[in-house]
Amino acid sequence: MTTRNDPDAPGGPGEQVLLGQAASPGLAIGPLARLDPARPDPHAESAATGTEDGRERLSAAVAQARRELELLSADNAGDLGGEVLGFQIALLDDPELLEPAEPVLARGAGAQAAWEAAIGELIDLYARDEDEYFQARAEDLRDLRQRVLGALASGDAAATEVPQRAVVIAETLSPSCFLEIDWTQVRGAALIHGSATSHVAMLARARGVPLVTGLGEGLRDLPADVPAVLDAVDGRLIVDPSQQTRVAYDERLSERAAADEADRAYSARPATTADGTPVRVYVNVDDPAVLAASDPGICDGIGLTRTEFLFRDGPADEATQLAAYRRIMAWADGRPVTIRTLDAGGDKPVPGVTPAGESNPFLGQRGLRLSLARPDLFRTQLRALLRAAADGPLKILLPMVTLPRELAAAREMLADARRDLAAEGIDVPDTPLGIMVETPSAALRPFDFDADFYSIGTNDLVQYVMAAARDVDAVAQLQDARDSAVLELIARVAEAARQRGVECSVCGEAAGDAESIPCLLDAEVRALSVPPAAVGRTKRAVAGHRTRSGNGA
Amino acid sequence: MAVAEGAQELTHAIGLHARPAVKLTQLASRFESNVRLRVGADGDWINAKSVSKVMRLKARTGKTLHFRAEGDDADEAVAALKGLVERGFGDDTQ
Repeated sequence: MTTRNDPDAPGGPGEQVLLGQAASPGLAIGPLARLDPARPDPHAESAATGTEDGRERLSAAVAQARRELELLSADNAGDLGGEVLGFQIALLDDPELLEPAEPVLARGAGAQAAWEAAIGELIDLYARDEDEYFQARAEDLRDLRQRVLGALASGDAAATEVPQRAVVIAETLSPSCFLEIDWTQVRGAALIHGSATSHVAMLARARGVPLVTGLGEGLRDLPADVPAVLDAVDGRLIVDPSQQTRVAYDERLSERAAADEADRAYSARPATTADGTPVRVYVNVDDPAVLAASDPGICDGIGLTRTEFLFRDGPADEATQLAAYRRIMAWADGRPVTIRTLDAGGDKPVPGVTPAGESNPFLGQRGLRLSLARPDLFRTQLRALLRAAADGPLKILLPMVTLPRELAAAREMLADARRDLAAEGIDVPDTPLGIMVETPSAALRPFDFDADFYSIGTNDLVQYVMAAARDVDAVAQLQDARDSAVLELIARVAEAARQRGVECSVCGEAAGDAESIPCLLDAEVRALSVPPAAVGRTKRAVAGHRTRSGNGA
Repeated sequence: MAVAEGAQELTHAIGLHARPAVKLTQLASRFESNVRLRVGADGDWINAKSVSKVMRLKARTGKTLHFRAEGDDADEAVAALKGLVERGFGDDTQ
C-alpha cells in the first residue's frame, strides 16, 4: 500500500516501487496499460448517461454476457450446467427480452435500471410461482441478471483493447472481465484494490497469470505506456525500472520461462518418481469458472473442490449447487472428483452463516463443526452432492474434523439424505466419505476415524501444529510443511491409510511446492492435489525424486 | 401468403417451463413465417420466437397450446410445433 523509493533495490532516479500482495505468482515486464480510464459510477449513472448511451451500454453488456456464456457452455455441453447456459443464451438472443427496458431507457434512467426492469419482471414471475420447478428457474434468471450487471460494471473496461505484452493496471477486475482478456497476449495485472483471496485471484492462479493486488491509490496516478516490472512473487510493481533492475528481472524472467517450459513437458504425462513409483496428481478447484481454462487430461481427477464459491452471497439452494457439481463432474469426464463440504469460518466468513465476534475464528466454529451446527444447510449440500454422484465417481470430503464422532454424525446425515432421496424416487450410488486431516487430534489418531479416504490439508495442519497463524507475517518462518513434527504426522496418516487400504492425498500449498514434494514422498504420500497451473511443476518435482522405498513400492 | 393454425394439448409433466420454452422458440425460429402462440382459445397471442414471452405464459400441463403461422412455410411450422408438444418436447422426465 506504500509508495516509496526502494532503498534495497538497485534503483535509478525515476524508479518507483509500489507494494501490494502477490495474489498469483509470476513475473512480467511490459508497458503499463490502463484498463478502466472512465469506469462508470453506477450511482451517478442516471445523471451521466443519456438515452442513446444507455441503450448502447446495455446492448454491449448483453453481447459481452452472451460471449461469456458461449465460452462457458463450450465446456459444459450436454450436462445440466450446459442446459442452464443454453437457456440463458437463448434469453439473451430474444429480441423481445429488452422490450420492458425501452421505457426506462427512454426516460434516461440508464442501462442498469433498464436491465433490472427487463429481467426483474421475469424473475418475480418465476420466484413467486407455487411450483418448485418454476421457482428453481428464477435462480437461473438471477444468475443471468448478475452476469449482465457485471458486464455493465466492467463494460467499458472489456471494450478496451489491451495492447499486447502489456501489464494491465486497473482498480479492480471482475471475473467476467478477467475472462475477456486474452492472457496469452497480456502479461499480468496490477490492481489498486483486491486481495489474494478474491475471485479474480483464484482465476489468475488457475491460469498462471501474474497478479499483484492491493497496490493502493498510487497506482491510479501512473501514466500508461511507462515500462514496468510486475513482481508477483514478492508482491510489487516497479515502475520505470532502472537499467540495473531490468537486467536483474530479465534474468529471473528467462530462468522462470525455462523452468515453465520444462514443467509443461511434464504436465501431459502421468507422474512417476525417478525410481518408477507412480504418484497421482489431482487438481484443486476453487471455482468451476477456472475449468474452462484447464485441460482434464493433465490430471488424475479433482482432489479438492472448495465449495465456498457457492456461499459467497449466502447459502446456495439445492438446484444451484447440483448444477455446479454436475458441471464439475462433466469436466472431469469420468475421473474421480472430490468435493469438500462447506469450509466456512476461519478466514472464510459466509454472510448469515458463520458466527460473528469470535476472538479467534481459526479455533472457532468452522468447517464441519459449523455444518453440524447448521443441519439445514448441511442437508441441502449433502443432497446436491449425492444427486451429482449419479454422474460419476464423486467423493465427499469433510473439512476440519477433530473427533471420530463428528465423522459418525456426518455419515448418519449422509445416510438420511440418501434415504430421503430414495423415497423421492432418486437412487444414488455409494459415495465415499473422507476427512481432511488438518487438526493435530486427527493427525495423531488417524486409525480412530472410519474414513473412506484422508486428505491432508497442510496449510491448516502446519498452522495448528506450529501454533503460528497463517496471516501473521512475523511468524511466517514457522509456517513450514517440511518441519519434522509436521512430516511425522503426515507419515503417520499415510501409514494408517496404507494399512486401512484407503487413499491418502495431500492438498494445500506444500503439495505443489517443489521443495516440499520430496519430503511428502519420503513420508510415503502418493497422491498430491495442486492448482491446475502447478501440475507440470509438481510432476517435474516428483520425477526428480528417488523414493526411499524404491521401485514401485 | 399462407396461414395455418393448429392446437395441441400440453402433456409435458411440468408444463411450459424454461427448457421446453427454449426448444419451442428455437424450433419456431427455424421458419420464415411469423409464428404466434396462445394458451387456450381465448388467450393473448404472443410471438412464438420470443423465449421471454413464451416463458411468461407459464403454461401448465393439461392446457392447450394454439399456434398460428403466417408465411410461406406456415403449414410446416405449425405441424412441427404441434409435433414437438405432442412428443413432450423430446424429454419425458422433466
